[in-house]
Amino acid sequence: MPADFVPSGAEYLRLLPEIVLTLAGTLVMVLEPLTPAPRKRWLGRLAQAGLWAALAAAVVAHSSPGPAFSGLLVVDGFATFFRVVVIAAAILVTLCSYGYLRREEADGGEYYALLVYSVAGQCLMAASNELVLMFIGLEISSIASYILAGYLRGDKRANEAAIKYFLLGSFATAFLLYGIALLYGATGSTVLDHIGRTLARPGAASLLVSAAAALMLTGLAFKVSVAPFQIWAPDVYQGAPAPVAAFLSAGPKAAAFAIFMRVWFTAFAPVSDRWEPVLWVSALATMVVGNFAALTQTNVKRLLGYSSIAHAGYVLVAITAHSEAGTAAVMFYLAAYVFMNVGAFAVVGYIARKGEQRLEVDDLAGLGARQPVTAALMTIFLLSLIGVPATGGFFGKFCVFRAALDAGLAWLTVLGLLNSAVAAYYYLRILVVMYMREPAAADDDLPPQGAALKLALWACAAGTLLLGIFPSVILGFVNAAAGVK
Amino acid sequence: MNLLDAVLWLPLAGFLLLLLVPRDQEELIRRLALAVSLAAFVLSLGLPLGWRASETAFQFVTNLPWIASPPIRYQVGLDGVSLWLVVLTTLLTPIGVLISWRSIDQRVKEFFALFLLMEFGLVGVFVALDLFLFYVFWEVSLVPMYFLIGIWGHERRIYAAVKFFIYTMAGSVLMLAGIIYLYNLTGTFDYRAILEQIASGKLVLGRSEELLLFLGFLAAFAIKVPLFPLHTWLPDAHVEAPTAGSVMLASVMLKMGCYGLVRFSLPMFPEAARECAGWIVALAIVGIIYGALVAMMQPNMKKLVAYTSVSHLGFVVLGIFSFTQWGLDGAVYQMLSHGVSTGALFILVGYLYERRHSLEIKDYGGVATPAPKLAVLFMVTSLASMGLPALNNFVGEYLVLQGAAQVNFRWAVFAAIGVILSACYMLWLYQRVFLGETPEKVRAHVQDVRARELAAMLPLIVLMVWMGTATRTFLPPITAANAAILQKTQQNREYHARVQPAAPQELSRAR
Repeated sequence: MPADFVPSGAEYLRLLPEIVLTLAGTLVMVLEPLTPAPRKRWLGRLAQAGLWAALAAAVVAHSSPGPAFSGLLVVDGFATFFRVVVIAAAILVTLCSYGYLRREEADGGEYYALLVYSVAGQCLMAASNELVLMFIGLEISSIASYILAGYLRGDKRANEAAIKYFLLGSFATAFLLYGIALLYGATGSTVLDHIGRTLARPGAASLLVSAAAALMLTGLAFKVSVAPFQIWAPDVYQGAPAPVAAFLSAGPKAAAFAIFMRVWFTAFAPVSDRWEPVLWVSALATMVVGNFAALTQTNVKRLLGYSSIAHAGYVLVAITAHSEAGTAAVMFYLAAYVFMNVGAFAVVGYIARKGEQRLEVDDLAGLGARQPVTAALMTIFLLSLIGVPATGGFFGKFCVFRAALDAGLAWLTVLGLLNSAVAAYYYLRILVVMYMREPAAADDDLPPQGAALKLALWACAAGTLLLGIFPSVILGFVNAAAGVK
Repeated sequence: MNLLDAVLWLPLAGFLLLLLVPRDQEELIRRLALAVSLAAFVLSLGLPLGWRASETAFQFVTNLPWIASPPIRYQVGLDGVSLWLVVLTTLLTPIGVLISWRSIDQRVKEFFALFLLMEFGLVGVFVALDLFLFYVFWEVSLVPMYFLIGIWGHERRIYAAVKFFIYTMAGSVLMLAGIIYLYNLTGTFDYRAILEQIASGKLVLGRSEELLLFLGFLAAFAIKVPLFPLHTWLPDAHVEAPTAGSVMLASVMLKMGCYGLVRFSLPMFPEAARECAGWIVALAIVGIIYGALVAMMQPNMKKLVAYTSVSHLGFVVLGIFSFTQWGLDGAVYQMLSHGVSTGALFILVGYLYERRHSLEIKDYGGVATPAPKLAVLFMVTSLASMGLPALNNFVGEYLVLQGAAQVNFRWAVFAAIGVILSACYMLWLYQRVFLGETPEKVRAHVQDVRARELAAMLPLIVLMVWMGTATRTFLPPITAANAAILQKTQQNREYHARVQPAAPQELSRAR
């Protein structure tokens, strides 16, 4: 049937965001050596424009939902949602990066090109419906992220972060690939719904399938920094440039959770009784490890690294619920998380000053008096991370634990909620330092905030509050995409 | 949009307005805060004036959709229990603004803005009729108080603020779990709809299920009340908070817990509440006596007043879990009385502190000589606090004891010890601070109350007498609301008796 091998226009339309992103990334890359140094900052604006175009493309692609390229790719509400989330995260991160890179005297086109490529990979992950394509998307996203983590070549910590991230990341990817291979061997397919149908047959769920699932879980658990594969996260978040750390905690993580759910809820759904207990334990361990380790941190970036582990644990609670409501909760939570976490990292990157010298919690001392607006915005992000009502973080947690209780996970819910009370302690410590301590005596003044950073901070705060006070703005779409009745 | 909505949202509007005022306009900020809080108070007076006594249902109800799915509604309304608590809150906010007029001189803008935000949260807690909305307000009121203690408090303010936040949060997440669980069972957060489902038998909770839900809600409420032995955050928070913070904390915030017990725990989980009543009452009585004894031994005035709260709030819990009309009426009346008299005590202690800059009792003595008006104010408030007849606390304590005696006479006997002890610690405090020799430092620093300070205290003194003598002004709506709540706890029991006739027999055998 030759007609099938020539993709139709609609199928290309469904790939439009990735096409736009790749073109934009390549354009930035090509223009980079041709641009004289003073004009380099325009490359950042160009990447920004490319991301906005991709956002539009994602919306356009959603106008013709359906599979593409023999079912390799599928555009549905789920895919569109995650595409929009990762692109939005990249837009916010780009806005924070302008001033940051200029301050670090590292303004260059390749940073933005890599960011855009990484997003292209994540969009592909969000829409992939087949294991190999998923893997390719993951690799595009990861390799760009490894380089981004070490983007400040002169910085030893960034180098360490990049090496660590790269070595452990490649190792995890190998696990994932091995799992994919085994699964292909067991079921004879790499397309998720085929695998699901095969496994649903009685007797099909052999030991080989369990091994494949275990290997794939290892690989994906690393990518979303879920216990016991979370060790890398604090080191990488601490070492990577602050905007990159913000990006890593938002985009790649959201996309990895997207494929996590696609694989587990589609391919492995028939064997859910085998993996649900594993996820239960992992979710609890992730929350506990993240929150309790964060309690004693003094470096803000490291603290936020542990906090992001804990938040991955909350998301995993919703995945453990394995229901439509759980899927919707994951989607909502990750969207809210993008705003609050990118916002928090943006403030931290700004306070750190040149060379990221000032990263201790105590370096935030007196921010409430010196820069009341920045402190107020940071307060919103932190309250959202704690999960105080009227913020997106609260409503996300509410959705997560509602789904968990609905699925009968009463203990996990109670333990998770108590965990979030523990977590309040370390976020409050930042608030305490900001508002209740005086700044060090001979403290140099903070540099002025660039317009782009201001815009990013306000946008993050607005997003956090909007999702908290009027969650309906995305809840309808999320529920429809997740199939909540 | 009715009067209640205006009372609720006006403080939030004031909060946003204050954010827009430049921070160096301190006088303007103070005036605006006073104007907004006074306006909210004046508006709130319309609530009891427009009260329809004949109606037993909730009044001033607004019911609007907020979030479509899950169905969460902006639903607020008043019954006799919440009516006076709202008025108490709106009354104490302008008083809090007045007493902070000069004593807060740093970050004035933030202080008054947060104060108004807190009023919004507190009023919201008392009027929310949707469990989700209730939880939102419950937590929203927590954040401003955290900052009030942490930024404008005394030496150990940070410790106290964090302890306060974590304690409350730990309790309230368990309540959140309960709320979500109830939602998954009933498909609604609507308080009245859930009660209807219970009454109609559509929602039947299993025994252990009901017990766990009750305990989940109790965790949040008991910490907030606070019920012995969960009270340890209270002395720290009260002592370290600035005066206005202590006032709001003691007078209004503790009532959130008591209110929650009356509004939610009793009617929604009556069986479990009855089952646990014995234990809770025992803890309440321990709290009454323990709080009073600890208060007596305090060398620090503010801590002394803080511990009296543990004792007084024990009465409230005792009244609630007596499951009698008198007990409940007394509990609600005691909530209001305690709000007035303990708020006044904290204000007076704050006045003393502003003058002498010490909270230690041993630094004072003979204050009555240089400050006779202050001494009179303190005397009246002390007498009210110890439950002298014809002053407000007497009514509440008497009704609670009456209700408790109806159920178990021993409860009343033990609780009455607390009344005696309260006379001891208050009079002894008065004697040590206001009578005797006047040390040089007291003579030099302690002046009598100024007009603004007097203006802040007078309404409370008037209320002490009014509530002590003219109970008919306040009690009828409370009685009506409590009767409805008691009837709901019975309704459920009748239903169980009808559906499962075995259950009451078992009960009678157990007794």
